[in-house]
Amino acid sequence: MIRFIFSKLLYLVPTFLGITVIAFSFVRILPGDPVLLMAGERGVTPERHAQLTAQLGYDKNIVLQYFDFLGRLFHGDFGNSLVTKKPVLTEFLTLFPATVELGLCAIIIATLIGVPVGVLAAMRRGSWFDQVSMTAALVGFSMPIFWWGLLLIIFFSGILGWTPVSGRISLMFFFPDVTGFMLIDSLISGQDGAFASALSHLILPSVVLATIPLAVIARQTRSAMLEVMGEDYVRTARAKGMPPFRVIGIHALRNAMVPVVTTIGLQIGVLIAGAILTETIFSWPGIGKWMIDSISRRDYPVVQSGLLLIAGLVMLVNLLVDLTYGLINPRIRVK
Amino acid sequence: MAEAKTFVYCSEASPEGFDPAPYTAGGTFDASAHPIYNRLTEFKQGTTEVEPGLAESWEVSADGMEYTFKLRQGVKWQSSDTFTPTRDFNADDVIFSYDRQGNAENPWHQYIAGITYEYYTSMAMPELIKSIEKVDDYTVKFTLNQPEAPFLANIAMPFASIVSKEYADALMAAGTPEDLNNLPIGTGPFKFVAYQKDAVIRYQKNADYWGTAPLIDDLVFAITPDAAVRLQKLKANECQLMPYPAPADIEAIKADPNLKMDEQAGLNVGYLAYNTTMAPFDNPNVRKALNMAINKQAIVDAVFQGAAVPAKNPIPPTMWSYNDAVQDDAYDPEAAKKMLEEAGVKDLSMKIWAMPVQRPYMPNARRTAELMQEDLSKVGVSVEIISYEWGEYLQKSMEAGRDGAVILGWTGDNGDPDNFLSVLLSCTSAGEGGANRAFWCNEDFSKLLQDAKVTADQAERTKLYEQAQVIFKEQAPWFTIAHSTQYVPMSNKVSGFKMSPLGDFTFDTVDIAE
Repeated sequence: MIRFIFSKLLYLVPTFLGITVIAFSFVRILPGDPVLLMAGERGVTPERHAQLTAQLGYDKNIVLQYFDFLGRLFHGDFGNSLVTKKPVLTEFLTLFPATVELGLCAIIIATLIGVPVGVLAAMRRGSWFDQVSMTAALVGFSMPIFWWGLLLIIFFSGILGWTPVSGRISLMFFFPDVTGFMLIDSLISGQDGAFASALSHLILPSVVLATIPLAVIARQTRSAMLEVMGEDYVRTARAKGMPPFRVIGIHALRNAMVPVVTTIGLQIGVLIAGAILTETIFSWPGIGKWMIDSISRRDYPVVQSGLLLIAGLVMLVNLLVDLTYGLINPRIRVK
Repeated sequence: MAEAKTFVYCSEASPEGFDPAPYTAGGTFDASAHPIYNRLTEFKQGTTEVEPGLAESWEVSADGMEYTFKLRQGVKWQSSDTFTPTRDFNADDVIFSYDRQGNAENPWHQYIAGITYEYYTSMAMPELIKSIEKVDDYTVKFTLNQPEAPFLANIAMPFASIVSKEYADALMAAGTPEDLNNLPIGTGPFKFVAYQKDAVIRYQKNADYWGTAPLIDDLVFAITPDAAVRLQKLKANECQLMPYPAPADIEAIKADPNLKMDEQAGLNVGYLAYNTTMAPFDNPNVRKALNMAINKQAIVDAVFQGAAVPAKNPIPPTMWSYNDAVQDDAYDPEAAKKMLEEAGVKDLSMKIWAMPVQRPYMPNARRTAELMQEDLSKVGVSVEIISYEWGEYLQKSMEAGRDGAVILGWTGDNGDPDNFLSVLLSCTSAGEGGANRAFWCNEDFSKLLQDAKVTADQAERTKLYEQAQVIFKEQAPWFTIAHSTQYVPMSNKVSGFKMSPLGDFTFDTVDIAE
């Protein structure tokens, strides 16, 4: 197991370096110059342009700039935002809990609904339930998040008035950040109704964010279950008269979960992509919205370091998924 | 005691910071300069007229080079958990506020790594201001390098907000200078309470405010970048006022019995700038002919959905010195065709640049360009529409020898005609890096602007600008498109909101019915 973990870790090093190259080049391949965007329609004299470019360090050779960037990274310095002038890491850490909270809720919803639906669809293969749920999954998978989010807001907030429109908590509540997780902080604050308000604000965005992963998980669970249920040992268990509940629960599900766990892990990347849109629609102050704003403003340091931090995170999650996979299925370890 | 009145504003963007000097975005000023700070002079609410602010009165020397400001006495600085002022606002604060922006030696010039003062620089303050002296605690004298008529309007702009020197000194001593940007202290109508990045800003009424006290107790900015969501929040009474509704929603807002909407012609202009240095666009007759070939009203109807007035002058009709006597080039394709023939222009093919972003002065440049393309094809001119990413667009459009006519526009900073005409059309700005995208340099026109700039008398200036607009129309460096209307939807319960022609959002006169 230790060798397995070690080999996985070793594999991360070149991947991470590769990502630094991509993150660094990405912002520089994009057309548009941060100095000019700062000046906007106003124009900027060539002298002032040169002065600002030099001040930002963008007049140097691009390779040198890259090594500067890498060097600073090794010292834990992710640079400062060109717009707010604040350290990228500080901003990331302020906004990160909001995204995690939203992402966790979404993945919980997606798993709690997706897995049972998938199992049920597999057990009743070809039934109306199977057909309806799998069609719904297909629709969910191809749903444009922006449109879907707005639709839910208009229906549930606008017409029915059941849920708040956007934000993390009613503006009536005001308390300091302790953990950055609104559900926890609202409880700590001890204010009446704060937790309920935070929870009600979470419903729509997490449902929107859960839509695609839910669809993927349901379909994956269904096909994994079908595969497993065709295996000899399941048929044997059945033949031996084991109750269906035990067959499914103990034998089939456990084995079917191996690819499903991987799928759930892989959905983390999808979640981050989805969070970018979801956070923008729901004014959810997380890293997704922050990245979108920074790309449009050519805030180089934020985009490159932000991408790195997110990529690092996805890598970490994938590592955990691999390890869990190794735990559930020992055969993976000896390859 | 009555319950505290809370007013929630669904703002469109997160502020870049709370120090108004280093930033340029309107959303930042709405969150910093307007609620928290004051300036020596202020724009009278709802107008572009200059009125006394922290300066009670001023005297201008006969040559227009010296401005002596008498400062208001007894103006209290706000306090916070970490700072309690020991003195009132005085001349030291004024000198500090300007010096830190213009003087590279000032320790506050770079109090945060990479900070720059773009507005101070682009308003040419470093070249303009020769010295600022403290005459006594409540008198400050500015000496200029040349007379500058718009000066009083310039220093009413957000970048010229007065910050506390005592607070700055305390922060420097504590080793936390960046708190000037994070935990602002000002003299304005509202005190900063807290900011949660990208989510919410909270302010409280400044009980010691020197001016008329605000009618609301708490002011909250709920940061909501999406226009459709802002409208939903307004309808759900999660906020009471919002900026920038989507044009498509205007009708629905008007129909909603719980909402009302203020509207006003914006202080802006959208235009198509020819490259007047390149044949055949160096011939004013060709430019005029093209102008006559384009159906302006159709653009206003289709692109602005009527939320604009057709533009004939480069400055909007709400601005003083607007010359209403100027006749716009009539839409007349037949005459246009003839003029082109007379100018010897045949089978002309040209490029029209369409900007990739929406701006208050231009909701959809691509559509505008397409309408122009259609109109021009009727007079035998073929048009290719091109576009670039926004940063690229700004850069390439100002390169000398640029191929094609560019759609762009401008929103005024300070309500002075000079801020439109000199910036966009003078010979000085026709050079590299200038904002004169027509590269149009007309000596007579520029001379009028220069004369107006150094004249203090507004009636005199008005005459000069009126003449300048006549030359502009004759020479036609632009096809002037439109001045767009600005809409501010709000709850029925809101009263006392005054729309600013400069596009600012201020809440010190706002009240809300329970």
